[in-house]
Amino acid sequence: MEKRELTCIVCPMGCQMEVEIQEDNRILVFNNTCPRGEAYAKKEVTHPTRVVTTSVPIKGKNKGQVPCKTKKEVPKEKIFDVVKQLKRVSVELPVFMGDIIVENIAETGVDVVATCTVKEEKES
Amino acid sequence: MKTYDIVIIGGGPAGLAAAVGAKNSGCDSILILERDKELGGILNQCIHNGFGLHTFKEELTGPEYAARYIEKVQQLQIQYLLNTMVVEISPDKVITAMNGKEGLMEISAKAVILAMGCRERPRGALNIPGYRPAGIYSAGTAQRLVNMEGYLPGREIVILGSGDIGLIMARRMTLEGAKVKVVAELMPYCGGLKRNIVQCLEDYNIPLKLSHTVVNIHGKERVEGVTLAQVDENLHPIKETEEYIPCDTLLLSVGLIPENELSLEMGNEMGKVTNGPIVDESLETNIEGVFACGNVLHVHDLVDFVSSEAETAGKNAALYVNGRKAKEKMHLIPIHHEEGVRYTVPAHIHPENMEEKLTIRFRVGEVYKNAFIVVYFDEQQVFKKKRSFMAPGEMEEIILRKEQLLDFPQLEKIRVRIEKE
Amino acid sequence: MYDVIIIGAGVSGTACARELSRLDLKILVLEKEEDVCCGTSKANSGIVHAGYDAVSGSLMAQLNVRGNELMEEWAKELDFPFKRTGSLVVCRREEDMPLLWELKERGEKNGVKGLEIIEEKELKEMEENLSCEVIAALYAPTAGIVCPFGMNIAMAENAYTNGVEFQFDTLVTKIEKIEKGYRIDTEKGSFKTKYVVNAAGVYADIFHNMVSEKKIEITPRKGEYCLLDKKAGNHVNKVIFSLPGKLGKGILVTPTVHGNLLLGPTAADIEEKEGINTTEEGLKEIREKAGLNVKNLPLGQVITSFAGLRAHEKGHEFIIKEAEDAKGFIDCAGIESPGLTSAPAIGELVAKMIKEGLNPKENKKFEGRRKGILFPHKLTKEERKQLIKEHPEYGNIICRCEMISQGEILDAIHRPLGAKSLDGIKRRVRAGFGRCQGGFCTPKIMEILATEYGTEENTITKMGKESILIMGRNKDQL
Repeated sequence: MEKRELTCIVCPMGCQMEVEIQEDNRILVFNNTCPRGEAYAKKEVTHPTRVVTTSVPIKGKNKGQVPCKTKKEVPKEKIFDVVKQLKRVSVELPVFMGDIIVENIAETGVDVVATCTVKEEKES
Repeated sequence: MKTYDIVIIGGGPAGLAAAVGAKNSGCDSILILERDKELGGILNQCIHNGFGLHTFKEELTGPEYAARYIEKVQQLQIQYLLNTMVVEISPDKVITAMNGKEGLMEISAKAVILAMGCRERPRGALNIPGYRPAGIYSAGTAQRLVNMEGYLPGREIVILGSGDIGLIMARRMTLEGAKVKVVAELMPYCGGLKRNIVQCLEDYNIPLKLSHTVVNIHGKERVEGVTLAQVDENLHPIKETEEYIPCDTLLLSVGLIPENELSLEMGNEMGKVTNGPIVDESLETNIEGVFACGNVLHVHDLVDFVSSEAETAGKNAALYVNGRKAKEKMHLIPIHHEEGVRYTVPAHIHPENMEEKLTIRFRVGEVYKNAFIVVYFDEQQVFKKKRSFMAPGEMEEIILRKEQLLDFPQLEKIRVRIEKE
Repeated sequence: MYDVIIIGAGVSGTACARELSRLDLKILVLEKEEDVCCGTSKANSGIVHAGYDAVSGSLMAQLNVRGNELMEEWAKELDFPFKRTGSLVVCRREEDMPLLWELKERGEKNGVKGLEIIEEKELKEMEENLSCEVIAALYAPTAGIVCPFGMNIAMAENAYTNGVEFQFDTLVTKIEKIEKGYRIDTEKGSFKTKYVVNAAGVYADIFHNMVSEKKIEITPRKGEYCLLDKKAGNHVNKVIFSLPGKLGKGILVTPTVHGNLLLGPTAADIEEKEGINTTEEGLKEIREKAGLNVKNLPLGQVITSFAGLRAHEKGHEFIIKEAEDAKGFIDCAGIESPGLTSAPAIGELVAKMIKEGLNPKENKKFEGRRKGILFPHKLTKEERKQLIKEHPEYGNIICRCEMISQGEILDAIHRPLGAKSLDGIKRRVRAGFGRCQGGFCTPKIMEILATEYGTEENTITKMGKESILIMGRNKDQL
């Protein structure tokens, strides 16, 4: 049997949970205060996932960025594949919030979308 | 001179929500003054997710969260001016502001809502010895450079302070190809939210050294390294623990200070701990018709709470403009923060003017495990709630009920304290 | 061949340059840094001393009193901030009273006007935050405060517009006597000159010793300071000194011309001529000692700390003369406090020496007046409205803490010997000098600098050389 301690990140409460992985692969979660915590713990010990947020440059512009994110969570081990693929990406304006920037990034089945509407060159 | 019922200073999350709150409470003459080139404030550079769980029950990035409120403001046809800096607010609520287009202007308001947000504490406030080369940035400045402009301020990073912006930037810099060597925190506990420790540090194997601080900065032109040392229980560095860490950048995430220069100049009374105006149940300051909300009032962890607080301020400003009952003759009860409680917002209340429920927000002074938040009306205990974990980095709240307060007409003070088992 | 080459663009060098520009001479200033006012001149107390400290009959005493006299006129002519606030040397122990009287007597001998010993009650009325232990003070009404950057920059600009050449980022590596003068080798070529003015601050001994057998030694004496927020600026209204000790005048408390409060300096002799780091001990000493004379100091409002190096010569006397065995080589060495105060007088004196040597004509085009950077907050509301109407960039606030607009920053960049770096902007218009210490305005100023110089932001520096601010682009090394 394997024991792990996890800090729940579903909400700001940050419950300190204990997770037991039984011989038969059953997973038991303790010290969680809500069902969402239990679900998170189970997922975290089997296949942890994260939303990746970053930004991409605007095509033809020297500076200014369009913020973006993976529309859903991607496997944690794919995080760097996601940003590495985005290294080669720039976007043309205008961009609207929710526009797909890259489909199926890093073979995760998840799209990267813009998280901000940018209509003209953003001067800072 | 232009006249508005309510002028809101700042178009960030607090200002936007205050405007929505005021408009929804029947005020039509509202103007938001924003110094930046777009609405949304600091959310525009907070491109990470985790915003809105309370307000919208989903996880949004900063710009997405801001967009929801900007949309509301636009739908409600609330007026705003961008690139406009407020220079002065007189006690009789004449606002002097300027921008390149309209020049210097004076605007008169019946009510003012202060929503200027906060700024980061600089290095000087910490007295870190050493040289003063390029490469020392506050975490927020680095966030702007990376997220808005696409520039990496450095490649090998040490972060001092475990405030949320610092933790977030540890992940952001890592994802953009920089190496974050360590996050050092002076206190024995983390200054930021737990989820950020997990998602921003642990995910990327970035060490967090509690009870550590930077005792020297090396490099004359550009940062070349820092000396890190452990501190004792009095927070004094221990010489024998000094360790040199080569790096080209030092990011500081050592606390936020409400931006209250305007509030001070107009004569607002300030809280010693919060560095923000002292307010009552309406979030009204000692100057009648002047309200405050968001990080200008006290620094929040979650924008969701800023929004709800600001909507309340907006609503109360609208009530004031539309002629609410005068408060002078109402019974004013101070809220004493005792044992473990560093401050409360509001700091005093008029029960008569309260709504059915009032949220009192506060921070604790140290880490507590399995302790109780206890409220006394004078000497009588009226509320006790067990909390398995409390830390200075996470804001706490309790709710006061009007009916309960009205049962104590002679009440002299409300006391909020932390009690151990 | 130049008539005069001045090494160093600090207050001494630029005061000499400005005074020499009255004459019809070919003059060059060589500076190793990217801007004027980068060494001792940028990190000091900003005090205009009355002149009671220096030994009577010394050159130091003479130039201090003369510099103090000239300061008002120079501040007006050159448009830099100066206030005659007066100063108090305070005494906390009865047994030290003779020292206070001695100081007064010496001051009077030096020609300082208006000195007075003031006792408790009157003293408290004069300065309410003096410590309760203070029993008396020497009041010097002629003392004051000046903006050291403003003064240095003003003198340099004025010299430049009157024909003096400046070359920055140019380190002098060698000086050799040649026929009728000297050859000065630098990283950027060699220059010949009839006269050399050695105003190299803590490096003055190195250059002197290149041409003279009568060696001198300059010791960098470090002084650390803490600068407090403007909220604390009214804590005292005069310069508050302790009775002077061995290493100098002790830790003082003073308002600055811009309304901050300044504490310092410490005094520690060091070896390294670039050792401008602050130290734990130094900052601790300031916190402990500044409160001895002034009570309730709001130490929580420190916004920055810094250190400067005084160019200390063991005789504690200014060496301003032609080197005995090197004709045409004029030293301005050992210029420590009251060097800032004395600068105008140093300029006068050096110009007089060279005038006697070269017998030049007057510079007929000399214009002694210089208009400083326009600061809109000094205008009336109506004037400011008009200014923004004509120049909208004055309505665009860049530095929120000090309320500095794009207009002032553009002026700082485009005026003679304009700012090239973040610190250059800061010294000229105070953007980034406020309570957030550049947190908000740094990216914006970088952008303005990049635009105005037609370059990219990754070339913009904090203070020239390798002090670049941006190291790459997002993901460039992924």
